[in-house]
Amino acid sequence: MKVTFPHMGHLWLVLKAALEGIGLEVVVPPPCTRRTLELGVRHAPESACLPLKVNLGNFLEAKELGADTIVMAGGVGPCRIGYYAQVQREILRDIGCDYEMVVFEPPDVHFSEVWDKVKYLNRRPWQEGVRGVILAWQKACAVDSLEQELQQLRPREAKPGQADAVFQRALRELDAAGGRGEIKKIVKKAKSEMAKIPRHTSGPVLRVGIVGEIYTVLEPMVNLNIERRLGVLGVEVVRGLFLSRWINDNLFKGLLPLPGHHPEKTAPPFLNHFVGGHGWESVGDTVTFARHGCDGVIQLAPLTCMPEIVAHSVMPAVQEARGIPVMTIYLDEQTGEAGLQTRLEAFVDMLRWHKGRKAAQSF
Amino acid sequence: MKNKKWRLGVPRALFYYYYGPWWETFFQALGAEVVVSPPTSKEIMDLGVSLAVAEACLPVKVYYGHAAWLAGQVDALFVPRLVSVEKKSFICPKLMGLPDMLRAALKPCPPIIDTTVNLARQPEEGLAAAVQGMARALGVKGSRVDLAMAAAEARYHAWLAGQQQGDSMAAADCREEEPASGVYRSSSSQGKESRDALQIGVIGHGYLIYDQYLGMDIPGKVKRLGGKVILPENLTTLQVEKACRRLPKRLYWTLGRKIMGAALYLMEQENVAGLIHLTAFGCGPDSLVGDLAERYARRRGKPFLLLTLDEHTGEAGLNTRLEAFMDMLYRRRSA
Ligand code: SF4
Ligand code: SF4
Repeated sequence: MKVTFPHMGHLWLVLKAALEGIGLEVVVPPPCTRRTLELGVRHAPESACLPLKVNLGNFLEAKELGADTIVMAGGVGPCRIGYYAQVQREILRDIGCDYEMVVFEPPDVHFSEVWDKVKYLNRRPWQEGVRGVILAWQKACAVDSLEQELQQLRPREAKPGQADAVFQRALRELDAAGGRGEIKKIVKKAKSEMAKIPRHTSGPVLRVGIVGEIYTVLEPMVNLNIERRLGVLGVEVVRGLFLSRWINDNLFKGLLPLPGHHPEKTAPPFLNHFVGGHGWESVGDTVTFARHGCDGVIQLAPLTCMPEIVAHSVMPAVQEARGIPVMTIYLDEQTGEAGLQTRLEAFVDMLRWHKGRKAAQSF
Repeated sequence: MKNKKWRLGVPRALFYYYYGPWWETFFQALGAEVVVSPPTSKEIMDLGVSLAVAEACLPVKVYYGHAAWLAGQVDALFVPRLVSVEKKSFICPKLMGLPDMLRAALKPCPPIIDTTVNLARQPEEGLAAAVQGMARALGVKGSRVDLAMAAAEARYHAWLAGQQQGDSMAAADCREEEPASGVYRSSSSQGKESRDALQIGVIGHGYLIYDQYLGMDIPGKVKRLGGKVILPENLTTLQVEKACRRLPKRLYWTLGRKIMGAALYLMEQENVAGLIHLTAFGCGPDSLVGDLAERYARRRGKPFLLLTLDEHTGEAGLNTRLEAFMDMLYRRRSA
């Protein structure tokens, strides 16, 4: 059995550690590229949401590397993600791509089913599996902490790209790391290297919060590397969605006491109910970012993403009440780099002008 | 507020087409004056398109139009937050945020009665809470609420039974004061129906199929092309649910199950010539449910036509596709 899984940003590094921990041979799909997207788009329903398409591309590319089993998460609504696996299975069948699919459904009804699936996959003594999961979790936290460092550094480094180079190297090292001590060492080394990168400014820069649908927020191929682009434009990016949080919320069902989102506290009166996906968080985080003095917010979403369309629809009220500019960007296979870059530049110019005016007024 | 006679606006869009009779009877029994917006027109659709975000689906835009049309003439709008209308099922994330979306878009916005309807976990408690919430919004409590609910249920079930028999297809039909002029009725106006009429399943959300302007009256068109239309609401719940049980995983969308169940059931009927799926561009649930239905139909060799609507859809193009489809079905039969 050679297992593979869908890509989402750096999630592969974590899943790989966990699955190898239970003794499975893992085929990490090739990193998402235009080709991945095109493969997915060719076979997926036209109006399916983007993550379904890209993930289908991942499966097809992993097949080329010999994968024969897909491990992925399911869901029971209200959004589409819970039915991805069902549609993808039928598509793969129709195009003659032979895969076994192991779909983990939320264990609210059939905890025993989840148990059976893990037992079915597991090839090792339990203690080792547990060790693998802990290792995976530590890697997720390491990636998140380095990425936050990276977000601060990007707008300040003298030569764009240096911090990213350190980060990419650290990712490769983390992938190979086999224990907690090693992970700590890698993080420490990367952070000290980042600290040495020459900067053109150490002062305040524009700060923009990124909110939106998790996949478009975390997958650089799909958002056309928006965080890096903003960094080059001199913008520090902050966001509320991180790998470790997603894993805690979705895979551990919030068992770990992480500082969580509290959209039920932050999103009303603008949005008063959960709306599936991350729509509620998008609104709540926008309010939080406004309170923390961010200069603007960018909302990312796959085209036709239902929860984000709801969030987008109430954003004018948030902007008006909290005085924070929000730009919504829908992404799909048609999104071009030039168009995105132009919109980002215009938005950043506007924020800068806004900020300058505010500063002038306060004198 | 107890003695106030409320003028309550109910947009004739989205779930009005599923629960209109219930809502109207209930609110009227509580002493409110219910104002339902007129059937969708170009004016209403344009109004909605101008107010909603461009990326929203057409049914939601049309809903905005109806709400805006009513906004200036009522004391309050009834825009329930429809999370779930049955156990372990949902409708659509957009309907979970609809009241908030309207508040951000309508200027000025009248008070919105946004009772949450959530039957996903505990159907009985959820329904009771929703009913109490709706009554409380009008300042009514006690036994009057129970009576109003009983009246609403009675009217609703009579209407549903009528739908199943195919004599009353649209929610609009239940409004006695508005004779269903031009509203599609299958048995009474199936004048041209002959023994060899092609049976066509038309599947899709009620608010597309029964809204003649928004949905471009596909059932009527099929009929005029000599077809006999079968709609999801003509089937029994049992037929639909039984067909759905064959899916490897339970479908958690209420309307998705209706569509999928009807599609699966109809594609197995020898005498059904083909299926037409009417959908809105950008509809999330339909993008998956419709794709699966089409796949299954293709595997069974049952002709399947997907018609996607948005505000730019031209009626001429739609007619052409429909005619070509019907022609193909006729040729298939004579072959
Ligand atoms: S949240 Fe958006 S991207 Fe995710 S399943 Fe729902 S519609 Fe698709
Ligand atoms: S179910 Fe589809 S058509 Fe209906 S509101 Fe949701 S996205 Fe729009």
